[in-house]
Amino acid sequence: MKSEIIKKLEAYLREEVLQQPEREIKADEALISSGLIDSFSLVDVALFVEDNFDVHIDDTELNADSFDTLNQLADLIIERQDA
Amino acid sequence: MQTFHHILKNHYENRPDEVAIYLQHAGEEDRPITVRQLLSSAVGAQRRLEAEGIQPGEVVLLIFQHGQDLIRTYFGTLLHGAIPSIMPYLTEKLQPERYRRDLAALIEVTQPSAIFTYAEFEPEVRAALKEEDSVRTVMIAEELGEGGEPLFDLNRRQPEDIALLQHSSGTTGLQKGVALSHQAVLNQVRTYADVLHIDPKSDVLVSWLPLYHDMGLIAGFLMPILYGLPLVLMSPFDWVRAPQRLMQAVSQYKGTLVWLPNFAYNFCATKIRPRHMEGLDLSSWRLVTNCSEPMRHDSQQLFLEAFKPYGFRESALGTSYAMAENTFAVTQGGVDTPVRIDSVDRDSLQIDRIARPAVEGQPSIDMVSAGKPIPNTQVKIVDPEGNSLPDRQIGEIALLSDCMLTEYYHRPEATKKAFLDGWYLTGDFGYMLDGEVYISGRKKDLIIVGGKNIYPQDIERIAYTVPGVHPGRAVAFGIFSPKMGTEQVMLVAEVDTDDPDEKQRIANEIRQVVTQDSAVALRHVHLVEDGWIIKTSSGKTARLANRDKFLKETGLTIV
Repeated sequence: MKSEIIKKLEAYLREEVLQQPEREIKADEALISSGLIDSFSLVDVALFVEDNFDVHIDDTELNADSFDTLNQLADLIIERQDA
Repeated sequence: MQTFHHILKNHYENRPDEVAIYLQHAGEEDRPITVRQLLSSAVGAQRRLEAEGIQPGEVVLLIFQHGQDLIRTYFGTLLHGAIPSIMPYLTEKLQPERYRRDLAALIEVTQPSAIFTYAEFEPEVRAALKEEDSVRTVMIAEELGEGGEPLFDLNRRQPEDIALLQHSSGTTGLQKGVALSHQAVLNQVRTYADVLHIDPKSDVLVSWLPLYHDMGLIAGFLMPILYGLPLVLMSPFDWVRAPQRLMQAVSQYKGTLVWLPNFAYNFCATKIRPRHMEGLDLSSWRLVTNCSEPMRHDSQQLFLEAFKPYGFRESALGTSYAMAENTFAVTQGGVDTPVRIDSVDRDSLQIDRIARPAVEGQPSIDMVSAGKPIPNTQVKIVDPEGNSLPDRQIGEIALLSDCMLTEYYHRPEATKKAFLDGWYLTGDFGYMLDGEVYISGRKKDLIIVGGKNIYPQDIERIAYTVPGVHPGRAVAFGIFSPKMGTEQVMLVAEVDTDDPDEKQRIANEIRQVVTQDSAVALRHVHLVEDGWIIKTSSGKTARLANRDKFLKETGLTIV
């Protein structure tokens, strides 16, 4: 379940956000605090999560305190799907 | 002739209870700030500057995020008669060490006497200070108290005295501080407000632009406050995470005037979904001015198509050519008549440097008019010797006005170089047609990403710090992305290895250091073998030739 989510998120990030299909993103790699995802792409991540997992991430949550890694983002998605 | 003090005193006496700013923060209730509250809140900073012995005419740096503290220290500093200058706040992706270096460099050139910041940011600021530098005190916003009865000393400053500094954006610490007098700013505000037919009773200005940028500081902050129309002010960080906030604010407050850099048209049109727009009405919006990066007709059309269903009118599309050195606006288009599009012959424009009307069957380019110069500003197009050029001939844009910079602060050489017989040389290329200005390019290598100026040399210098990349063997350039509505930054570097893993490591590291050192995200890093990069006969990197070679070799189509 979680690994499925991570896989889907990773594929989206490398292909659409980073536009480097061969770039591997580790599940515990910092995404926001490292600047890997720049601020202009954060809204895309929120829209992708909303469209694909039916989970709403508020724009006030688009920062490294809410999630900074694929692991944390997947946890947040699962938590909200279960709620 | 007046100063800011006269204007602000006037507002305080005549309309103290009108709202000057609706301050927005994501996740919080909007905070209306009346004229009285705005000017009373400034008193804490004024008293503190007095107590610290800061003299009128000395520079005070303000280091804050969007919010109340930035606003009250800005006005407190102005009313004290000192010169406020805003330094961008540290963002999460920029490395603190790099930020400290930039701050130290800025302090060295600008020689501020004092700094205002947050308690939690004080250690960061102190880390950039040196024993022998000009800063005598670091003052903490949290210790300024509640304010009090506003203090207006009308003789404190003269109209020709410097009122404020604007720092042109860039990736290095060697930014030039543009010094503007009270009279220059007031001349700009009055003339520009007149061109825009601003009516303080019916107009409402909405802005998410950062205040360290001229478009944010002048159009999106000082003009509404000095001219007396309500301002709805949101954070650039909140806007970029939820661009629909702009539409919500326009709808809620019946906003009429907005300024946007070109990329924001694409950003709003592509990121905002119908569900965000439910119940919103944009019919109050009478002007959205495209400014501060190359203006694209297709970006404006994309925006129009996306928001027409919510009442946005085509007649609201405007353009402007502006720069900190002229306080802000040089030209304005789209207010009384629609923005003109001049379809020109591409080869003639690029090779002969003449904007001839397009010929059927030949490649053409749609040039977007920046409009007519505002009445207090004269524009001429000059050749390298300074001679005026006729309509349709491309040359450097020069200007003369009563709202020009006094100087680049503490940079006499740079100031001298920027003027020719009293005319300011902009470094931008363009042509005139029927009294309107068209911008075609720029003199220096400069990449503009989302309104932010980036010098390719800075990006290359950062790349050289990565092991495996050698000085003189990397080249950075911008390529316009029609989808994003702005340029994207590319870097080509020569490396000695063929090992794919090693190449991947180098590419990753280049991206990382460039982001952390400049807050610029590289779209592509292309690693090549020794000898790939084309140099000019004098050994300099030929940026355009390398860009063409890169595009040909990678077959990359930038969307």
